[in-house]
Amino acid sequence: MKARVLIRPKEGILDPQGKAVERALPALGFEGIGQVHVGRMVELEAEDPERLGELCEKLLANPLIEDYEIQTL
Amino acid sequence: MIWGVLQFPGSCDERDALHACEVHGDGARLVWHESRDLNGVDGVVVPGGFSYGDYLRAGAIARFSPAMEAVAEAAAGGAPVIGICNGFQVLCEAGLLPGALLRNVELRFRCHQVELVEEETGEQLSIPAKHGEGRYYAPDEMLDQLEANGQVAYRYADGHNSNGSVRDIAGVTNERGNVLGLMPHPEHAVDPLTGSTDGLRVFDRMSGVLA
Repeated sequence: MKARVLIRPKEGILDPQGKAVERALPALGFEGIGQVHVGRMVELEAEDPERLGELCEKLLANPLIEDYEIQTL
Repeated sequence: MIWGVLQFPGSCDERDALHACEVHGDGARLVWHESRDLNGVDGVVVPGGFSYGDYLRAGAIARFSPAMEAVAEAAAGGAPVIGICNGFQVLCEAGLLPGALLRNVELRFRCHQVELVEEETGEQLSIPAKHGEGRYYAPDEMLDQLEANGQVAYRYADGHNSNGSVRDIAGVTNERGNVLGLMPHPEHAVDPLTGSTDGLRVFDRMSGVLA
């Protein structure tokens, strides 16, 4: 099964990448865009999708600093 | 004592770490990341660099190496373990130390001499730091706990916290105190020729764990 894992910084943790993108927007003429957060996406094919949660906890995300979301495709 | 200095693909400070152990008057040898056997060393240095290319997150893949399994066992047995920079990141990812290291607050790789204060003694150390992902983070409750337990080993002196670490934390230990991680590089500060020998005090502290 194909799956996509979205990983993003936990809410409340300073995300300087998101801030840097946000600050660049007005200079490019994009107004009214805020709360930008930059994360990571991992696409994979899993024989046993049941274990994806464990995979995220142990490797793909660091649960102390990141949230993740598994989407099966 | 004899230190084992881990070597991952992408490590770059393992030679300086070996040298620092020797300057400190100890023995030292390299331990390849695929080795499940630490060969009877008394302590371990997990050195700086970019283990496994820092892919995914710094230290995330290195923690699964056979050598790290052996390090976890040695740490559980009370052996001194020092994680420097990338080694600190590896130890955090491995759960041997609390917290995590995030991208520097200004997103810049910072390379400069920093002043550290040793929490226990109040002594100041001058040691180089060079990293892009050195912003120490742990949730507030965890930080309170670390401070209460005396697990904050080093803080950046006023004006030296350039990476945005919470509560100016530069280095922490595990609860038992035998595992230490810090972002600045004590192994680069062991010779007066390069400006400071304060790094040796970090080796003093950790070799003292064995006593």
